[in-house]
Amino acid sequence: MLLVLIRMAKLPYRTVFIRSLVEIPFVLFALLMPFFGTGPKVQFLGLELYEAGIWAGTGIVAKGTIGVMTAIILSASTSAREILIGLEKLRVPQPLVSIATFMLRYLNVINDELGRMKIARESRGFEERGLRSWRILAQTVGALFIRSYERGERVYLAMLSRGYIGAMTKLSDEKERRLATALILPATAALISISTGVLL
Amino acid sequence: MSTIPSLKISNLAYAYPDGHQALYGVKLEISKGEKVALLGPNGAGKTTLVLHLNGIIATQQGSVSVAGSVVDSKNKESLKHIRERVGIVFQDPDDQLFMPTVAEDVAFGPYNSGLRGAELEKVTNDALSKVGMLEYRDRPPHHLSFGQRRRVAVATVLAMSPEILVLDEPSSNLDPASRRELAEILRSLDVTILMVTHDLPYALELCERSVILSGGVIAVDERTSELFKKTELLASHRLELPFGFKL
Repeated sequence: MLLVLIRMAKLPYRTVFIRSLVEIPFVLFALLMPFFGTGPKVQFLGLELYEAGIWAGTGIVAKGTIGVMTAIILSASTSAREILIGLEKLRVPQPLVSIATFMLRYLNVINDELGRMKIARESRGFEERGLRSWRILAQTVGALFIRSYERGERVYLAMLSRGYIGAMTKLSDEKERRLATALILPATAALISISTGVLL
Repeated sequence: MSTIPSLKISNLAYAYPDGHQALYGVKLEISKGEKVALLGPNGAGKTTLVLHLNGIIATQQGSVSVAGSVVDSKNKESLKHIRERVGIVFQDPDDQLFMPTVAEDVAFGPYNSGLRGAELEKVTNDALSKVGMLEYRDRPPHHLSFGQRRRVAVATVLAMSPEILVLDEPSSNLDPASRRELAEILRSLDVTILMVTHDLPYALELCERSVILSGGVIAVDERTSELFKKTELLASHRLELPFGFKL
């Protein structure tokens, strides 16, 4: 099912594969599971494996792969802004969507600020090394926090000046609803699991 | 043209919560369509004055009225109305542009005043074309140059068709070409302008009249071209024309 989705989203398999490598530590962990445990054992290729371990391991790999793959497909096929619109349509509380929207907008600004502070530090001979530099780095983080906080206040003033009274602009167009399209994936998954359940 | 002034400030006084007094009875009247430069040294209280104009700072003493209606920060309904009429462009465009795309940001103000759908779209596009940024409407603000962001910031305010446009240091951090482009845009607008600035040549270029806020009062109120000949008067308020600049 996920493969079909990757195909439909026209994503290059290579990118998907490279990005899915984050899952490796979990897979290794899952592979070890059948060797440790208690309870009934089974013989497989001359190895003695614990039955409970096999099931738990398979469970981890399956759930992990599905989770990682869906996350990759979502992030590769949908822009951050579209995800926000999606959240709004799914009736995620407005304040949460607003916070995420602001985060998206100001992440770059704050990152630039951090970059400038780093350049300013290094221009005056600071070296990022050893325990001593931690104090300076901690101060940088503190300064960044204060600056961001103050920026937040200024942004709020600018919002008030343009008639902000507590409700954010809707990002999405209300009329556009594609319930049927949205249901395809969960419906297929439900169908598969129900039919497997019936067959077994 | 109406005879009601766009902005009328009488005896406005203000002290910060810590007791430090910033304004000591400011008087200023700006007629409709006038373009006025508000000059003054750092820390003269220019920003404090600006934040009074749309009731972000509550009036402690004296009064501010915009197009005849008094700014009363306790009256939520009238305040909403005032904020539609006073458009403040802040100094840092990153503070002003907080939505994911340019168009959404420009639509923010009109949306708050109740516009929706096609009308909202039209107002947004009109404001963006006035500052020559229509083709960037779907771009995120952080992909624009500083000058472009400042122009979008002006559009966010124009979209509300304000009675008076208040600009805080509009020319700061702009390269010469962006500075000129912004001047051309500002000149083309048919709106009352109050421009807070240290950039005296910019004031001369755009504003017929200049006022100096110094020591918490409007100390000087003159034609810009006359004022800039009086080097000593300027110097007494810590203002100087740039090197090589003479009237």
